[in-house]
Amino acid sequence: MMNFILDPWPWYVSGGLIAFVMFLLLMMGDSFGMSSNLRTLCTICGAGKKTDFFDFNWKSQKWNLLVMTGAVVGGFIGSHFLSSHSGVAISNETILSLQEYGIDSSTTSYLPIEIFEAYSVKSILLLAIGGFLVGFGARYAGGCTSGHAISGLSNLQLPSLIAVVGFFVGGLFMIHVLFPFIF
Amino acid sequence: MKNLAYLSIGVIFGITMFKSEAASWFRIYEMFNFQAFHMYGIIGVALFFGVLMTAIIKKKNIKSFYGVPVKFDDKEKSIKRYLFGGIIFGLGWALAGACPGPMFTLVGAGFYGILIVIGFAMLGTYVYGIFKNKLPH
Repeated sequence: MMNFILDPWPWYVSGGLIAFVMFLLLMMGDSFGMSSNLRTLCTICGAGKKTDFFDFNWKSQKWNLLVMTGAVVGGFIGSHFLSSHSGVAISNETILSLQEYGIDSSTTSYLPIEIFEAYSVKSILLLAIGGFLVGFGARYAGGCTSGHAISGLSNLQLPSLIAVVGFFVGGLFMIHVLFPFIF
Repeated sequence: MKNLAYLSIGVIFGITMFKSEAASWFRIYEMFNFQAFHMYGIIGVALFFGVLMTAIIKKKNIKSFYGVPVKFDDKEKSIKRYLFGGIIFGLGWALAGACPGPMFTLVGAGFYGILIVIGFAMLGTYVYGIFKNKLPH
């Protein structure tokens, strides 16, 4: 039992829990979508004074900020109390292809330290560009993985399917076309 | 009480994101290389139950915990914004290896480099807000 908790959780448990989270939020009268918090954070920082898009009462979104805060706490609990090792058991093929890029920390670290802990000009630039694209793209598409791929597809929304196809077109292009130039 | 409920739901979500490794850059890279079933399994199972529960809630007119009908927002019809926005999001998702939920989970897990990602995700959101009316939707 202890090992079941400390080891990485299998996909069928994790997928079920994500659906459970969506169920609870629906039953609370809200919906599952994390990226709108980024907009709310902009509003709290005063973006509403300059741009209409951010001019709304952020307190109406307080519930989602609480979910977001919970996600931070959950990350702390998960890493400090529910994990025995820090590597990620990705496939051997994946390990080999990453080695060609000079990334070989997957057996010892949850995130590639070459990107997240190097703090070189290049790694900071990659994180900054990645973050910018995620924020810009999520709002442009009106949702992210939770809002479109989980909530939207569960509600059989064609727009969400288009968005998810877009997520994969972008992701595949980044990894298969751009990564060889970046790394 | 209600605040505590939202916080707790977030905690379940955060622990799930961390323990499923969906918050790991490595898993996202592996997913886009089609080298493991893991991420597809997670999304697939979430969708299986998601589609089922959404259909049941709608069909049976199930009320929320507060006694009002559960609301589902239909997304406005369009192609451009979802396709263009989706592609831009996907580029960033693959590069940073984190989407807007797991980003926050990673802060709690102690990876402070992710704060750069979050800061710039906010900037990206802000820049979208500025140019919103000039973009094809």
